[in-house]
Amino acid sequence: MAFMPNPKSRALLFDVTRCIGCHACAQACKESHGFTGTGEETELDASTYTVVLDKGDDRYLRRMCMHCADPSCASACPVGAFTKTELGPVVYDGSKCLGCRYCMVACPFNVPRYEWSKPVPVVRKCDGCFERQREGTPTACTEACPAEATVGGTREEMLAEARKRIAENPGTYHPEIYGEHEVGGTNVFVLSPVPFEQLGMKVGLGTEPLPNLTWAALSKIPKVVGVGAVGLSAIYWITHRRQDVAAAERGEKE
Amino acid sequence: MRPNERFRPGFWTWFFALILAAASVVTVLRYWKGLGAVANLSDRFPWGLWVGFDVLCGVGLAAGGFTITTAVYVFNLKRFRPIVRPTIITAFLGYILVAVGLMYDLGKPWNIWHPMVMWNPRSAMFEVSWCVMLYLTVLALEFSGMVFERLGWKRAVAIQHAATVPLVIAGAIISTLHQSSLGTFYLITPGKLHALWYTPLLPWMFYLSAIAGGLAMMIVESRLSSRALGRGLEMPLLMSIGKALFVALGVYVTARLADMAGRGVLGEIFTGSREARFFQLEMAIGVILPMALLALPAVRRNSGRLYGAALLVVAGFVVNRLNVSITGLEGAQGGHYVPSIAEGIITLMLVGIGIAAFGLAVRFLPVMGEVEEPELVASTEPLPTRVLAPVPVRS
Repeated sequence: MAFMPNPKSRALLFDVTRCIGCHACAQACKESHGFTGTGEETELDASTYTVVLDKGDDRYLRRMCMHCADPSCASACPVGAFTKTELGPVVYDGSKCLGCRYCMVACPFNVPRYEWSKPVPVVRKCDGCFERQREGTPTACTEACPAEATVGGTREEMLAEARKRIAENPGTYHPEIYGEHEVGGTNVFVLSPVPFEQLGMKVGLGTEPLPNLTWAALSKIPKVVGVGAVGLSAIYWITHRRQDVAAAERGEKE
Repeated sequence: MRPNERFRPGFWTWFFALILAAASVVTVLRYWKGLGAVANLSDRFPWGLWVGFDVLCGVGLAAGGFTITTAVYVFNLKRFRPIVRPTIITAFLGYILVAVGLMYDLGKPWNIWHPMVMWNPRSAMFEVSWCVMLYLTVLALEFSGMVFERLGWKRAVAIQHAATVPLVIAGAIISTLHQSSLGTFYLITPGKLHALWYTPLLPWMFYLSAIAGGLAMMIVESRLSSRALGRGLEMPLLMSIGKALFVALGVYVTARLADMAGRGVLGEIFTGSREARFFQLEMAIGVILPMALLALPAVRRNSGRLYGAALLVVAGFVVNRLNVSITGLEGAQGGHYVPSIAEGIITLMLVGIGIAAFGLAVRFLPVMGEVEEPELVASTEPLPTRVLAPVPVRS
């Protein structure tokens, strides 16, 4: 059965055509998480969970965790430190983490960051304001946006809203919703006036959840163990039986 | 030659001492100031030399351990017995050094035991953690026989002997799983890893190349152990390993090129891109050149030339693993990763400890004087005539 994202989980819709590049979302994110900084950073880091990038022509793009429906980070982590919550956000428990950083390698959007300068480091990434959303409060970035460039709701509501905007202003939008199908679907959607690659976004990621790719190999483990144990034991028996027979025959001749 | 006979520090000893001194400074900095203080790792390149070389190559090149024990104890190819013990020592040391390397690379190495209690069976890293833990145990048990013999604990030797075949079979299965799973790591990065290396068959490629790399390491370590012990090499044996290495490389390169043809990316080899050049380097020194050399009887029969060909394979293997873990990702990640001097120092330290510990082990443990099991009969094959050292076979 094909993978289906949960339509009732919380999602965000970011609309490039509405964003005015004021960085209020990034500032609110910093405040809400107790981080220092201006909110005008241009690269995610251990204390910057979202950035607003100036793409020229008065176009601004937000970058943040996409909160994949079937996240690569959660499947990659050897100790299950990442969890895709029912609510929607992908959350991380630093106390489990051993610091292998496979999540960072696995993430198709290059989102997770590491505390490289700390002796006891953890991975850092947008937590989708899990605590706020659990209490029914919108994410800090949504609440701060003066232009409704970032709005929140359930995944199906956000998809419906995105489709409505494209249908009402077909000339304004590139007719696709980024995140609807990418890597099996995400809980953050992007609407853009131009094809996504023109904004430097990753395209061609496919519609299959990436964890399926590793699972294709990992699911064969029981078979390898079974076939290996039986096969090698059989080979052992045959090769040593052959030797016993040869020894017995030699014994008869002498 | 007696152990403890003399100790004259030469160039390499001084070099190693220098590396150890530098490594202790790096160690303090790394734990005090964090990974970023010593390594050129970044959010763009979270894995560098320590994963690419210390882990991927350390584990891969220790594959000789399961290959040779399976050949001898399961396939009953008894003539390879003399190199079983040096190979087990190499594998054991190799895996221990991988674990030591992880103490530097892991952000919170004191949590290394977490996968034992916090399970995530969907993770390739989870599987590799378990396999490495289990295989280290298997290697320790295989290795223990030599220690028991040395200590003269007859009963322990007998118990260890009885457990050998089950241990070997378990070792072969566990190794098959994690050698391939190191390739599985990268299956989740289709948008990042260059088409010259990304393939759904990556686990197979890692497995097949590890067998070739492990065989090459056997030739290399035979040379090291013969030097350490001041005795000749088992040339007929090494010639056979040379042949096996040729076959293993042939299987690997056939699989690799057939897969690339199937995916229609053979043209990528000749685009002249940075990736293409590194691919050509990997293939030339690791596969094509050594195969051409090993095809010549004059190379297989000469210990020095055989050693040279094996070193090429090892070098090509290293380039391949670094290509998958670094070169192949640079295009998608943007920019280049070059290891820091401190990363290099730790890696050199690990290699140095490995060589030194191997030298000590073959000196102090009954590595060559393999005690035959009483029920074993002589090989039916005629003994080779040009044996430099006596091959221990009893009738």
